[in-house]
Amino acid sequence: MRKLAYAAVLSMTAAVYAMPAMANDSVLAITKDPKQWGIQTGDYANTRYSKLDQINAGNVGKLQVAWGFSTGVLRGHEGGPLVIGDMMYIHTPFPNIVYALDLNNEGRIVWKYEPKQDPNVIPVMCCDTVNRGLAYADGIIFLHQADTTLVALDAKTGEKKWSVVNGDPKKGETNTATVMPVKDKVIVGISGGEFGVRCHVTAYDIKTGKQIWRGYSMGPDSDILVDPEKTTVLGKPVGKDSSLKTWEGDQWKIGGGCTWGWYSYDPEANLVYYGSGNPSTWNPSQRPGDNKWSMTIWARDPDTGVAKWVYQMTPHDEWDYDGVNEMILTDQEFDGKPRKLLTHFDRNGFGYTLDRISGDLLVAEKYDPAVNWATKVDMDRSSPTFGRPMVVPQFSTAQQGEDVNTKGICPAALGTKDQQPGAYSPKTKLFYVPTNHVCMDYEPFRVSYTAGQPYVGATLSMFPAPNSHGGMGNFIAWDNTKGKIVWSLPEPFSVWSGALATAGDVVFYGTLEGYLKAVDAKTGKELYKFKTPSGIIGNVTTYEHKGKQYIAILSGVGGWAGIGLAAGLTDPNAGLGAVGGYAALSNYTNLGGQLTVFAIPN
Amino acid sequence: MMNDDYGRPILRMAQARLGGLARMRLAGIVPAALLAACLAAPVAFAQDQQAAPAPAATTGVGTAPDGSKTEGGQAATKDDLGKYTLEDGRPTYHITNDGTMDWFTYSGYRRYHAECHVCHGPDGMGSSYAPALANSLKTMTYEEFTETVVNGKQNVGHGTADQVMPAFGQNLNVMCYLDDLYIYLKARADGALGRERPSKREDKTKAYGANENQCFGRPN
Repeated sequence: MRKLAYAAVLSMTAAVYAMPAMANDSVLAITKDPKQWGIQTGDYANTRYSKLDQINAGNVGKLQVAWGFSTGVLRGHEGGPLVIGDMMYIHTPFPNIVYALDLNNEGRIVWKYEPKQDPNVIPVMCCDTVNRGLAYADGIIFLHQADTTLVALDAKTGEKKWSVVNGDPKKGETNTATVMPVKDKVIVGISGGEFGVRCHVTAYDIKTGKQIWRGYSMGPDSDILVDPEKTTVLGKPVGKDSSLKTWEGDQWKIGGGCTWGWYSYDPEANLVYYGSGNPSTWNPSQRPGDNKWSMTIWARDPDTGVAKWVYQMTPHDEWDYDGVNEMILTDQEFDGKPRKLLTHFDRNGFGYTLDRISGDLLVAEKYDPAVNWATKVDMDRSSPTFGRPMVVPQFSTAQQGEDVNTKGICPAALGTKDQQPGAYSPKTKLFYVPTNHVCMDYEPFRVSYTAGQPYVGATLSMFPAPNSHGGMGNFIAWDNTKGKIVWSLPEPFSVWSGALATAGDVVFYGTLEGYLKAVDAKTGKELYKFKTPSGIIGNVTTYEHKGKQYIAILSGVGGWAGIGLAAGLTDPNAGLGAVGGYAALSNYTNLGGQLTVFAIPN
Repeated sequence: MMNDDYGRPILRMAQARLGGLARMRLAGIVPAALLAACLAAPVAFAQDQQAAPAPAATTGVGTAPDGSKTEGGQAATKDDLGKYTLEDGRPTYHITNDGTMDWFTYSGYRRYHAECHVCHGPDGMGSSYAPALANSLKTMTYEEFTETVVNGKQNVGHGTADQVMPAFGQNLNVMCYLDDLYIYLKARADGALGRERPSKREDKTKAYGANENQCFGRPN
């Protein structure tokens, strides 16, 4: 009898594994097919790499515009289109319109979905009304609106299947990010770090929108879903109250740590990876302590939400170096052994390489030589400060104190890189990273908290990195095993566009003046550029349709890049009142909202 | 007073003037923030009542009788908060020949770059989605400025626009510095101040500090 029961259990287990209904399967199937582009980041590993090679280093110079589409909205356009089968799905910034275009019929609009949102959400969104795009699984298009409503739309008809509200804009809770379908759930983040929101990651049932779990970035262990014994930080258990111990009083309740970046997933390890953002406020003196787990790389189990490991990159942030940038998952040799790696280019200017299974820190090096706020990350495993940045007192806004203007900090608050995602080519084993080359003065001061109102607490002024090429950006190739820049292309403005690497040995990115550029994956040599109608803050996409490879990009300047860069930044070394030393972006481009699609002519 | 969907107080323009405030004060419903704003600007509000209607925004920077830069070169008197006020009761910047500026202009610079610049850009230069206040204040009056900051503004659905300014009436970080912000932006609009970080400045006065604490409800 016992034996029989055992066999029955076994066969039941097998039946469970055989069930095909997991969202994973559809996402994995699409992302394995290079003709489609089924997830904003290209694949679950966030590599933004395509196996298509019809467009290659030899012929990319012949690229021409094949067709275009206006979104009808003139605000910052982040993210990019999805291509599922013969359909292309495009999103817009607020009001977050969705278009389904028929690629078999010259891009005819098959359906359009326009949500009705309260315009009062607009000013609560820090820094423009961007949206980083749609997600897809199992015949459903997922739109995560500015007002935090997550909507499931039938991919064929645009019909709404269900919707769920993830936050409250009246408290400053908004959304700019895409979502990630994993297994039978959708993983969803939230914004509001400049409004004192205590941010979280939430999993909703993919069929019904019912909330399954929610893990906060700070608070009691039961809120942040860590196991004091089993969740580790650099190989050691985090222990009881690992977050609460690092805050004074109730400050954690308005602690920030927002989750508006990109998500990645390792199906084998069954772990979801993402970063949490800055602690609130920007005045570090108002929140003594390490402010855990803001500024942290998280590895969570998608089934339960419980964290397997955490690593805080910037304890007690003093510069607004949000940790939300993408985690790129690769299987590479490291020290002669095959390793499962996670590579992350943080706002704080360090490029981190970790073992994504154990959370062990392997490499942490500056990916812009201008970075000066820390000398290095302590890599001495026997040191009590292992894994912590060695902060330079001159650039510490906490040590300089409230009401003191700390000058010449690099990078600026927008980071050496913001959300604009990098790419990884398994052919060259290089990472291609769009970066900012901007520094700042930062003066923190006391602020009071009002729900739904900005809660900032610092004045900052930004300028191009001094004693450099004078531009505000670079596009770099990075070796994540050595922590070294392989090549670096200076750009006049921050590179705010997500990169694409292809098997054709070409890397694509957009610029704020509006250029789509193609460079040689090995050397960085420029092979092609075309000026689109507006500045590019979107991410480059590729797909194949009826045997032809296409490159697609959204134009529409805005986002944080639309601030200041639009007006031009002044160089403090050029003397007081020196206006126009660096030309304003507004001299090069204007507002827009259009998709441009390129191909090699027949 | 009404509340919009977001629970923010909507004040009618008339109520932003002293008369409205006085009526609300009698009714005992003055929100702390508004009271604070009122405290921070006692001279301006009092004078405003005497000198109605408020004059249109002027002209640009000029040289005042004491040799320093003020709005239109008008004479300005300084109070114990360190604020300079024109004869018509409006606050003004005051920048001496060696570039020393009044505390309010400096403080306004600082507060602007915390609360406003994420939309309106550095130095009041605007962004791809919010107007350049260094231009707006060339024509916007002190009263219009105050009213807009307190109540917000919506310009929705006009082609490119969807520009929505939130109501800051309940935000102490803004309301306690309403005059500071106005004075700084007026200096930018008038061309009295370039795109630099103010360096030489008058010190913060004791009275200003006490007023600030009172505004935030902090002990002195």
